[in-house]
Amino acid sequence: MDKKVKEPLIHITKRKMIPKKQEWAIRLGGILAALIFCAIITSVATHLNPFAVYAKMFEGSFGTERKLWALLKELGTLLLISVALAPAFKMKFWNLGGGGQVMAGVLAATAVMITMTDKLPNGAIILLSCLAALAAGALWAFIPAFCRAKWNTNETLFTLMMNYVATQIVAYYIIIWEHPKGSGKIGVINQTTHIGWLPQLGGNPYMLIVLVSIVVTIFMYIYLKYSKHGYELAVVGESENTARYVGINVGKVIIRTLILCGLICGLTGWLLVAGTDHTMTTTLEGGKGFLGVMVAWLAHFNPIGMILSGFLLCFMAKGGSEISMAFGLNRSYGDILTGIILFFVIGSEFFINYQIHFRKSHRKEAADV
Amino acid sequence: MKKKLIALLVCLTMAMIPVLASCGGGSSSGGGGDEFKVALICLHDENSTYDLNFINGFKEAMKNLGIDEDHYMIKTGVPEGQECYDAAAELADAGCKLIFSDSFGHQDYMLQAAQEFPDVQFVSCTGDKALVANQENYHNAFAAIYDGRYIAGVAAGMKLNELKDAGKLKGDTPKMGYVGAFTYAEVISGYTSFYLGAKSVCPDVTMDVTFTGSWYDETAEKEGANKLIQGGADLISQHADSFGAPTACETAGVPNVSYNGSTKDAGPNTYIISSKINWAPYFEYATKAVQDGKTFDTNWTGTIESGSVELTELNTDVAAEGTAEKLEEVKADLVAGKTHVFDTSTFTVDGKELTSYKADVEADEKYEHETEVVSDGYFHESEFRSAPYFDVAIDGITRLDEKF
Repeated sequence: MDKKVKEPLIHITKRKMIPKKQEWAIRLGGILAALIFCAIITSVATHLNPFAVYAKMFEGSFGTERKLWALLKELGTLLLISVALAPAFKMKFWNLGGGGQVMAGVLAATAVMITMTDKLPNGAIILLSCLAALAAGALWAFIPAFCRAKWNTNETLFTLMMNYVATQIVAYYIIIWEHPKGSGKIGVINQTTHIGWLPQLGGNPYMLIVLVSIVVTIFMYIYLKYSKHGYELAVVGESENTARYVGINVGKVIIRTLILCGLICGLTGWLLVAGTDHTMTTTLEGGKGFLGVMVAWLAHFNPIGMILSGFLLCFMAKGGSEISMAFGLNRSYGDILTGIILFFVIGSEFFINYQIHFRKSHRKEAADV
Repeated sequence: MKKKLIALLVCLTMAMIPVLASCGGGSSSGGGGDEFKVALICLHDENSTYDLNFINGFKEAMKNLGIDEDHYMIKTGVPEGQECYDAAAELADAGCKLIFSDSFGHQDYMLQAAQEFPDVQFVSCTGDKALVANQENYHNAFAAIYDGRYIAGVAAGMKLNELKDAGKLKGDTPKMGYVGAFTYAEVISGYTSFYLGAKSVCPDVTMDVTFTGSWYDETAEKEGANKLIQGGADLISQHADSFGAPTACETAGVPNVSYNGSTKDAGPNTYIISSKINWAPYFEYATKAVQDGKTFDTNWTGTIESGSVELTELNTDVAAEGTAEKLEEVKADLVAGKTHVFDTSTFTVDGKELTSYKADVEADEKYEHETEVVSDGYFHESEFRSAPYFDVAIDGITRLDEKF
C-alpha cells in the first residue's frame, strides 16, 4: 500500500548565516527586480518610456552641482536623525519621537535668534542658540526615557505624542513671532543682518550640515561598535533581565542613550534654523523623524549602512519631484515608485533570512528511490 | 536554475545601461540653451484649490502666448523654507528667465534667489516685500479682490433683504457670519469689503467673524461656520480654502457666499455666488514683458477690467430676485470709479468717520505704520503696493476671537 503524504508545494525554513556576498546579491537582485517592476508600472500607467523616467530621476539628483548639494543637504539632515535614532532602536527602545526632538531644537534655536538679536553679540547668539537647541532636544528625549525607566511607560506612544506636543508649541510661537501680523509666518529671521546665522563653509550653505553629519555618523559607528556604552545598550536590547543580571543599570542606560539621541536631534534642529533654512515652520522637520526610523531599520542600525539607505530614500524623493515636473505627473507618482522599491528592498531581507523550498517532482523522487 | 536567473538579471542590466546612458545624454542636451523658459513654483499640487487656481491660470497664460509644455515648468510641493530657494535656483540654472511662486511664505526665499540671479525675473505672488526690497528683478502681484468681495457682498445683502421681507430672519436685524483664516490684512480687507457690499443694500446688517488659524482646515472651518450659525447668523461667507463652511451651510440650510471658486456642488441649495482671482492675465502680462525684453511692474494689482477679479456663476435658485442685474450695475460703478469699496462715508471706526490712517505698507523690519492711505474720501487699498494692507476694525463687525 502506498501511503500518500501530502507535501505542501512550498515550505519555508530559516536560513543559517549566509555569506555576505550572497546577502548583497539578494539585495541587488531585489532592487533590480523593483526597477523592472517600476518600469512595467510606468509604461502601463503613464505610457512614458520608463528609461526616460529613470534618466530624469538621476538628473533630479545629479543633473547639476546645485542639485547634488540639495541632495546632500537632505541626506545629511536625514542621516543625522537616523543616526540619532539608531542607539535607541538597538536598545529596543522604540523612539518614534525624532521629529519632535528636532522641533524642540528648532524652537529653542529660533527663540534665541529672535529674542536675543538686539541684546547679545553675534558670536554669543550662535553659541547660546546651539546650547539651547541641544538642551531642548535632550529634554524632549529625556522625558519619555525617564518615565520608561521609572514607571515602565510605553515609549512608543509617549515619544509619538511628544512629536505633536512639540509641533503645537512651535505653532503657538509662530503666531507670537509672526510677521506681518496675522500671516501665520515668521519668514526668514534676520534676513538683512544675518545675525545668528552660521558661517558658510567654502561659500556653500550646505557644506556645514554635510560635514557635521559625516562626523556624527562616524562617531556613532565607533560608539556603538567599540565603546562600553554601546555594548551595554546592545545587551539591554537583547534582554533586560540579562543586562540586570550582569550588573548593568538598565534605567541609567536607557536615559543616557536617549539623552544622546536627543542631543543629536537638537543639534539637527539648530543646524536647520541657524545653518540652512533660517526660519521656523511646523513642517521644517518634514517627516524626517519617521523616515529616519526606516533608514535606521533598513541598515540594521549600522551607521555606515544608513548612508546607503538614506541615500536611496533621498534619491527617490528628489527623483520623484523631478519626474513630476518633467512629465507633468502628480508628485505622488514618485511616492508610488519609492513605495515599490522599498517593498522589494524590505522583501529581500526576507529572502536573506529565510529559504524557500519547492516540492520536488515525483518523477525525480522515484528515481531517487 | 539559480544560475539561469542570475544570467538573466545580468543580461537585463546590460541591456538597461546603454538605454539609460542615451536617455541621460539626450535630455540634458535638451536643457539650457537660449530658449525662453518660464516656471511656476507651487506650495502644494492640483489637489489644493488654491494651487489649482494658480496652475490653471498659468497654463491658460502659456496657451495664450503659444508657449508649449517644453518651455514652461511647474514645480509642485515646494515648502516655505530653504527648498523654495533651491527650487528657484535650480529653475534658474535650467534656463528659466522668469519664475513665479504662489505662496506668501515663499517670498523671502524668492528674494534670496533674485539676489543671486540678477538676469532672471522673480515674482512672489501675494508677497509684500518687493516695495522695500530694492531689488530690480524681484516683483509682487496681487489683485483688487476687495472689489470682487464687495460685489459678492451686494448679493449677500440682497438675500438678507429677501429673508427680512419674508420674515425669515433669526433675529430682529440681519446678521452675517464670516469664517476667516488669520487676523491678516488680506483677510480683514476681504471680510470688510464683503460686509460693506452687503451694507450698501442692507444698511442695518451686522457681522460676526471667527478665525481658524489655518488657510486650510476643513474641520475647523466647518466648526467655525456652525458656531456662527448657532450665534444667529442668517448668511455665511468665508476666507478659507476648504469645503468646510459651504458643507456646514448646506446641512443647516443657511445661504453661503463662497470664495476661490464655485462651491455649488457642495451646496446646491445654499450657494449664492463666489469671487475669485484669475491669475492668467498677470502671468500673460509678465511673461510677455520678459519675452519682449521689457521691464514690468514691481507691484502689480489686477482689477475687474484686467480680468483678474472674477465672480463665478450666480445660483439663481438661491439668490434674491434681480441680483444679476444689480451686480452688473455695481460692477460698472466700481470700474468707472463711481463707487469706492472703502468709501469712508459708508463706515465708522469707534463711532467716528475715518479721516486719516497710516498703514504698514513698507514690509520692512521696523513694523511701522508709516504711509497715509486715506485721501479723497476713501481708503486707497492696494495702490501703494499690491498686497492688501487694510487692517482697520470697523463698526458693525464683531470679532469673536483674535487668537490668530
